[in-house]
Amino acid sequence: MSLLETRDLTAFYGDFQALFGIDLRIEEGETVAIIGANGAGKSTLLRAITGQLRAPAERVRFDGKPIGSLAPDRIVRLGIALVPEGRRLFASLTVEENLRLGEQCRRQGPWTLERVYRLFPPLARRRSTPAPALSGGEQQMAAIGRALMANPRLLLCDEISLGLAPIVIRDIYAALPGIRAEGTTMLIVEQDTNRALAVADRVYCLQEGRITLTGAPGELTRERIRLAYFGV
Amino acid sequence: MAWTNIVLQGTLLGGLYALFAAGLSLMFGVMRLVNIAHGDLIVLSAYCALVIVQATGLHPLLSLALVVPLMFALGYALQRGLLNRTLGGDILPSLLVTFGLSVIIQNLLLEAFSADSRRLQAGALETASLRLGDQIAVGVLPAIVFAMAIAVIALLQLLLYRTALGRAFRATSDDAETAQLYGVDIRHVFALATALALAIVSIAGVLLAIRTNFDPSIGPARLLYAFEAVIIGGLGSPWGTLAGGIVLGVAQSLGAAVDPGLEILAGHIAFLLVLVVRPRGLFPRLAD
Repeated sequence: MSLLETRDLTAFYGDFQALFGIDLRIEEGETVAIIGANGAGKSTLLRAITGQLRAPAERVRFDGKPIGSLAPDRIVRLGIALVPEGRRLFASLTVEENLRLGEQCRRQGPWTLERVYRLFPPLARRRSTPAPALSGGEQQMAAIGRALMANPRLLLCDEISLGLAPIVIRDIYAALPGIRAEGTTMLIVEQDTNRALAVADRVYCLQEGRITLTGAPGELTRERIRLAYFGV
Repeated sequence: MAWTNIVLQGTLLGGLYALFAAGLSLMFGVMRLVNIAHGDLIVLSAYCALVIVQATGLHPLLSLALVVPLMFALGYALQRGLLNRTLGGDILPSLLVTFGLSVIIQNLLLEAFSADSRRLQAGALETASLRLGDQIAVGVLPAIVFAMAIAVIALLQLLLYRTALGRAFRATSDDAETAQLYGVDIRHVFALATALALAIVSIAGVLLAIRTNFDPSIGPARLLYAFEAVIIGGLGSPWGTLAGGIVLGVAQSLGAAVDPGLEILAGHIAFLLVLVVRPRGLFPRLAD
């Protein structure tokens, strides 16, 4: 049984259809990447998985249970946590308060404040700083830490390299193996194809709301990815 | 010396206004809901206390032990059952619904208790005073009201900045959609905010009813004082709300000392002056 499975998942914004029948499987312990251009439906897919867009219950299954129709606060309690695009830290909360918000879902697990601070040492130094005063990289660390504090079985990362300097992106990505070592399954959404291919066990390529390519990074040639990515 | 006395009395009155304002500020802060029925809920809790005092013979201050939980429960039910449905992108539905609620509460109270003005009898406490020197005396009751205002504001501050619920309140205030992603059930959090606001309202209502006469029609004026105290203090800051209440109370006392007819007007003028000089209030916290 897959940890996460979507079957013929569709999503709409009003009359506009953003996803057309997405079939996706993620096994426990895997790191899966979703790549695709702007507007391909990557973030929409994550919104549907986390309950921000409701779907028929059976279209999204987590650990065998239908969750498509659940509200976001119920889904995170089951063990799916999202690092949202653009970080979306709480502006009037300090770093530590932002992290501790991840405790709201009351899930037990390996991730505590100490562990998050050990994973991202810069956060420990800035624990009492208001979130907006952090650098972009520190904000991204805090956003990942906040999601880890929910002790998820499945961690969803939406564009964690967006708007960051390459050296900072390297630091962020260097933390991912440590997260994976705790047994956490990861779904990483990226526009930066090389980054995604480097960390993922399997890759899905999305184009205009459809999966156009899937496979292990080693099996995919640049040519096939280019075709699946841009459709040209 | 006379002026010191006036400022002192105004400060104590400001404690009551801060209690009026704290609940209003909490509800607006957490869910951007402007509760037009706030003043009428103050009056409703005064009548609740009146019924309890008449039925049980309790001292009005002790009736708080019943009125506070009652209004807390009413607040939770009101938010969960009605007000949550008015929230969303548009501020107008909640304004209209709470305005309607205001009309309904006033008329129900009028039906049940008539337009006669009432008062909670607190016995010797009403006239007891403490001498603080030759020419200054402080009423024990106003001092109790002020002390309770400080206690309520301090507890609210602790709750907001030292507890998991407070973090959830503030995170929801910043970004409700993202808060849900980490397990905050915003319908429950909103209901708790209103429950807490009405618990504070009930304290304000009972103290008001011991201090002065009340009838079903006085709610909207209390709402106005609450608004003014919140705006003077700056949105989202409990201690700012206390400062706002005190500014309003002192301005009214000074106005009354010049001419009794100027009491209310002086409060409004102070409010307008603060708006002109510091449009975001004395101690603003919220960015928007």
